[in-house]
Amino acid sequence: MKKFLMTVAAAAMMLGAAGAANAADVKACWVYVGPIGDYGWSYQHHQGLEAVKKELGDKVETAYAENVTEADSEKTFERFAREGCNIIFATSFGYMDPVLKVAAKFPDVKFEHATGYKTADNVTTYNAKFHEGRYVIGQIAAKMSKTGVAGYIVSFPIPEVVAGINSFMLGAQSVNPDFKVKIVWVNTWFDPAKEADAAKVLLSQGADITVQHTDSAAPLQQAEAAGALGFGQASDQIKFAPKAQLTAIVDNWAPYYVRRVNDVLNGTWKSQQSWDGMAEGTVSMAAYTNMPEDVAKMAAETAEAIKTGKLTPFGGKITKQDGSVVDAVDDGMILGMNWYVKGIDDQLPQ
Amino acid sequence: MDLLLTLVSIIMTAATPLLLAALGETVTERAGVLNLGVEGMMIMGAVAGFAGAALSGNPFVGVVTAILAGMAMALLFGFLTLTLLANQVATGLALTLLGLGLSALIGESFVGQPGIKLPSWAGIDPLVPFSFAMVAAVSWFLFRSKGGLIVRAVGVSHASAHALGYNVVGVRYLAVLFGGAMAGLGGGYLSLFYTPQWVENMSAGRGWIALALVVFASWLPLRVLAGAYLFGTISILSFVLQAAGVGIPSQFLSSLPYLGTILALVVISGNKALTRRNTPANLGQAFVPDR
Repeated sequence: MKKFLMTVAAAAMMLGAAGAANAADVKACWVYVGPIGDYGWSYQHHQGLEAVKKELGDKVETAYAENVTEADSEKTFERFAREGCNIIFATSFGYMDPVLKVAAKFPDVKFEHATGYKTADNVTTYNAKFHEGRYVIGQIAAKMSKTGVAGYIVSFPIPEVVAGINSFMLGAQSVNPDFKVKIVWVNTWFDPAKEADAAKVLLSQGADITVQHTDSAAPLQQAEAAGALGFGQASDQIKFAPKAQLTAIVDNWAPYYVRRVNDVLNGTWKSQQSWDGMAEGTVSMAAYTNMPEDVAKMAAETAEAIKTGKLTPFGGKITKQDGSVVDAVDDGMILGMNWYVKGIDDQLPQ
Repeated sequence: MDLLLTLVSIIMTAATPLLLAALGETVTERAGVLNLGVEGMMIMGAVAGFAGAALSGNPFVGVVTAILAGMAMALLFGFLTLTLLANQVATGLALTLLGLGLSALIGESFVGQPGIKLPSWAGIDPLVPFSFAMVAAVSWFLFRSKGGLIVRAVGVSHASAHALGYNVVGVRYLAVLFGGAMAGLGGGYLSLFYTPQWVENMSAGRGWIALALVVFASWLPLRVLAGAYLFGTISILSFVLQAAGVGIPSQFLSSLPYLGTILALVVISGNKALTRRNTPANLGQAFVPDR
């Protein structure tokens, strides 16, 4: 019903736009790669949009487009720019080049590209340190797994995902140095049935904990059905797996979106590379469930240490898969990560 | 052995929605109607199935609502293309877009809710044997019954069938409705058994794969069965290879189900005379009785 009303409202606005000047001071627009009903990645970004609406009220007008493939994204950005969006949030890694192309055409429109690494005068990148959460779940997985093997379902070999796998492994190794991970690339962000297939295969191959870096709750549901354990992704997915979810890495974009739209309102928006994590609340952990108290305590302490900066997942010397040693991993290396840490048997697709 | 059985049950789950939807479309196309809206009918089946099960508390009610939703979409398609003579290709594409949008609207309140799963025995749910039975039934109907002969006649030459006194439009309506019912059931299978939840766009292109299977299988039910299972098998095996740590690029493995299925079906349809004999000559053409 809400969507229907919004469609009507959008149509009414289009009709009205010709006659009346717009009441809102700024128009903020979002482009999502999946459906807002995915209850994962796009859903969480949309929660951010809702927060902006709530927080800034009449001062801001919002619009969004969902299910926008990388191939279609350029058209969508261009349409939004022409429709008077002052700031456009592009919420998928694959939108990178289309964003830069359209941004060059519309220098007055601010663009914000999530999880990317290319900026321009009117293009900011923003990301969240999801790998911080992955370090915590790695520790939990190593404590809770009986077989010592986790099944990891991943979308595409982009730095954010690779850093997630590495951080998970480093966390797991801090508890059990011999911990193993089996990795399956499904080459899609969103295909619940395919994600479920991958989870079922991994669980049949000796893994007893599933981890996913795709967008739906399907893998977790399979873990529940198989009596195994798993983690929620992007949203707290405990409802799908009351007996299987150990915790979930929850994305919370709301504070960032409110801040940036406010910056546009106040004329203080600047191009930057923003990278918030647990400390800023962009990454948070859902309740620790289905585990003994000591494991929950360990997880909470690790999360707290990361929050306060006492612990960084990629701190200290890191040994790569090929045996070479990196003395210190800096932010740039994490944002462009294209190698595995030692202990991962998979071959990274290039 | 256990592992093998597990894999077989995973493959069955992967193949069944494709098989159901493709079987329905086979009958639709045999009657000369090209309905490209399979994806739209599937996703409506998925949302209606979920809603039916969630609201009644019984997954079998979900199966029924899924079938009805697919049929409702098919009826709309039939009205537009058979009664109003709209272009079938354009209408089919529009049906998919309508289905995706409408299902998102209907399903909004179900997002984030776990669904009710169909019961299963040893990993096999009632729809798997049902899908096999449907292969046999559709095969028998099309090639061994008078009704099937009429359906095929309508698809090969609607003018001749009309001249012989058959109700071309009526037969096509029934074929389209059957296609809708099966696509709806295939979609319901996704939200009731495969991944018991509702998320927008959860059919994720399976309707299109089903459509392709029908053509590559030369409109023969047994080949549709082979194609669906081949597709399912290769997709699951590609995951098994990855999990086993075989160093084959995953991008290549992901494309294998498509490549493998197309290759296999092209090879088995190498018999040109057989393919020609089985192609509905009037596929996609509108029928106007008085012309």
